[in-house]
Amino acid sequence: MGQHTIKVPDVGEGIAEVELAEWTVAIGDLVREDQVLALVMTDKATVEIPSPSDGKVLWLGAAPGDKMAVGAPLIRLEVAGEGNTETTPEVSASETAPARSAKEPEMGEPHPPEPHPPEPLPPGRPVSTAPSPATAGAHLPRPEGEKPMASPSVRARAREAGVDLRRVAGSGPAGRITHEDLDRLAVAPDAAGPGAGYRRNTSVERIKVIGLRRRIADRMAQASARVAPITYVEEIDVTALEDLRKSLNAARRQDQARLTLLPFLMRAMVQAVARQPHLNAHYDDEAGMIEQSGGVHIGIAAQTDAGLMVPVVRHAEARDLWGCAAELNRVSEAAKAGSATRNELSGSTITITSLGALGGIMSTPIINVPEVAIVGVNKMAIRPVWDGNAFAPRKMMNLSSSFDHRVIDGWDAAVFVQKIKTLLETPALIFMEG
Amino acid sequence: MKDISCKLLVIGAGPGGYVCAIRAAQLGVDTIIVDAVPRPGGTCLNIGCIPSKALIHAADEFAAAAERATGDSLGISAGKPQINLAQTMEWKAAIITRLTGGVSGLLKKAGVKRVTGPARFRDGRTIEVETDTGVQVIHTANVVIATGSSPAELATLPFGGPVITSTEALALTEVPASLAVIGGGYIGLELGTAFAKLGAKVTVIEAAKRILPQYDADLTRPVTRRLKDLGVKVVCDTKAIGLTGKGMLQIDGPEGESRIKAGKVLVTVGRRPVTDGWGREELALEMDGPYLRIDQHCQTAMRGVYAIGDVTGEPMLAHRAMAQGDVVARIVAGQKMQWDKQAIPAVCFTDPEIVTVGLSPDQARESGREIKTGVFLLSANGRAMTMQANQGFVRVLARADNHLVLGIQAVGKGVSELSAAFSLALEMQARLEDVAATVHAHPTLGEALQEAAMAALGQALHA
Repeated sequence: MGQHTIKVPDVGEGIAEVELAEWTVAIGDLVREDQVLALVMTDKATVEIPSPSDGKVLWLGAAPGDKMAVGAPLIRLEVAGEGNTETTPEVSASETAPARSAKEPEMGEPHPPEPHPPEPLPPGRPVSTAPSPATAGAHLPRPEGEKPMASPSVRARAREAGVDLRRVAGSGPAGRITHEDLDRLAVAPDAAGPGAGYRRNTSVERIKVIGLRRRIADRMAQASARVAPITYVEEIDVTALEDLRKSLNAARRQDQARLTLLPFLMRAMVQAVARQPHLNAHYDDEAGMIEQSGGVHIGIAAQTDAGLMVPVVRHAEARDLWGCAAELNRVSEAAKAGSATRNELSGSTITITSLGALGGIMSTPIINVPEVAIVGVNKMAIRPVWDGNAFAPRKMMNLSSSFDHRVIDGWDAAVFVQKIKTLLETPALIFMEG
Repeated sequence: MKDISCKLLVIGAGPGGYVCAIRAAQLGVDTIIVDAVPRPGGTCLNIGCIPSKALIHAADEFAAAAERATGDSLGISAGKPQINLAQTMEWKAAIITRLTGGVSGLLKKAGVKRVTGPARFRDGRTIEVETDTGVQVIHTANVVIATGSSPAELATLPFGGPVITSTEALALTEVPASLAVIGGGYIGLELGTAFAKLGAKVTVIEAAKRILPQYDADLTRPVTRRLKDLGVKVVCDTKAIGLTGKGMLQIDGPEGESRIKAGKVLVTVGRRPVTDGWGREELALEMDGPYLRIDQHCQTAMRGVYAIGDVTGEPMLAHRAMAQGDVVARIVAGQKMQWDKQAIPAVCFTDPEIVTVGLSPDQARESGREIKTGVFLLSANGRAMTMQANQGFVRVLARADNHLVLGIQAVGKGVSELSAAFSLALEMQARLEDVAATVHAHPTLGEALQEAAMAALGQALHA
């Protein structure tokens, strides 16, 4: 008696991996030649793996659901005569399966120690249950089996264009297919035509999504899957605000950070959420609970070399304009330098996202779950605005804000943004209490 | 050793493998080539095509000089020539070094990474190479098996001692007094003829009814005649039984068993594809007899696993492997390519040379179509006469209905260089009229092709 190992065959889908869908036999079963041993799945079809010979199942190489590399051992049978498998020394799983396969197969019972010289049996041929595409036989310009006549350059051009020359009538001597015949069929000229000079790049790089990128991906997927977002875009006239910002910056003390627009927005948001505290909140959808926060902890989405990070300005309600600016600077720098603590990168209750000059005219910010609101800052630009008498050049900027519509209604969203608009357009109001 | 990965891994740096690797790298594919030995070029450059042509050239020069010792028909006479075969071998080695060095340079220029050591599949996407500095694991998206072939051995005459392969024959530093060549195929006849010209007493033992059995008798007749003139004894329908204790070769032919004296026994009974020793058992490949089965994309039964060259079957010729290598490289680079070659030329560097492209007369007849044949004898070609090359002919076969050229054969001194024109005619799917209407330079051997095409059209000028 010998042992015969059946490997995962290539199933002709152009892929190196299949998923084991189902075992149709168990260890100890006696199987007949051609009996189906397992079903493996590819993207396109389920493929039956038949047994190449009669035998007894000794070992199964994977559990249903496991991904297996083509060529990895699938199943081992005890067969009459010599098998294809040395029974000693035992091969280790890591030797027989590539590191890239999803799971290493578990090795089963130790095998009887008598060695057999390896002698491969013909591998089980996969039988696809997917229908094979029918080859339609349309009108043929020449008798069956007759090869079309064409020079290598005509053949290459037809191949590149996916034209089957067997179906092309030739106008040349003795029915030869010419470039002119292809022209008549509107076949694209040679891919590498004159003057192209560019080289096709067919490279595909595989990059593992790990670390921060994976965390971002998970968070975004979570947000996209669970949140019902509503995005509200409004334009803000920031001419007055910009004038104020300029004068404040001109008069700033050495120890004060330069003011950007964001500290003004932060203060405006503090005032806006004072009236609508349910916008400054976490929604725990599993518990069915909204957790309204007294403190306004504003996350600032920031691009770093490692990817998107959201450093947090805690208790913005307790900081004045300069204080917001200083803290914003500090946590942003820390995030960019990679020295931000966990505390500085978590616990926000509402978020601002701004790409500055790259802000575009509108965006659809993704809510930083479990928060319920995010304010997106678009690019500032001087636009003509009708002031009732004439067009005046005004510094205009859009805010694109998203809200979790599960708990925030469109009305609330609009009221919130309009409040911010009022504050930013008449910035003196930012400094008025209540 | 840290694992490395690539988009294309080529196993074997013979003519198929290195062409594939260079072309792929030129097309921007990240390519690694693995070979067991550091010198690229495989059998062809190192122990096959190139060194054998060098030896044949040296033998021809020596034979011409020997003829002059007795005064040749041109009126040239000279002293009795001597040959220092060791020096000939050094000259041959210099050619090989130059060619393999050239290939190394081309691989480097194209950006192909090289790994040296025996390669072994772990699975269809992972290969281990036993390098001098440890096992190198390579992960690859595509792999090309270009492991080539090796000389076939006879059970009755295992290699060793006086029994040698073509490899050893091409490295002999002394001309053996007597040489028995087992196998009257092209390798045996090329080497046997060369050694006969160098002064060895050569006997060719062929198991079939005649030498070069794959060619028709008209093509081989001039070769047989020349072998006789050179004093080469050809025994057909005969098998080698083994060596006697005294170093005599025992053979069994139509006249019963006999013994012949043989200082060396060169066994050239064909070549076997190298389908073992690289982990074929780890893959689900299908076979086609002893060869790896491939489709029109040179792909095996496994996606992304390609095979080219001798390991994929007949004809086992370097230029077929090269063309396959180019096809695979382009496919891996994303081009729409497939094997659609019309014909693969075959050249036999015997004396005189034989060239065949496309269908033989027998094959053309088997197709059931009506065939036109045109033959032009080199004895009527001016250039052939001036080269003392008037033995032989060029023959063209075409379909009678549309005059599509189906096959071209030639035998004669120097006709190997005509193979380019023959192949072009087949690949361009020329008709007899195309060849006949092409102006051929005068006086050249090539005129014989034009004349043969005219003859097939019933419009011969010089015959």
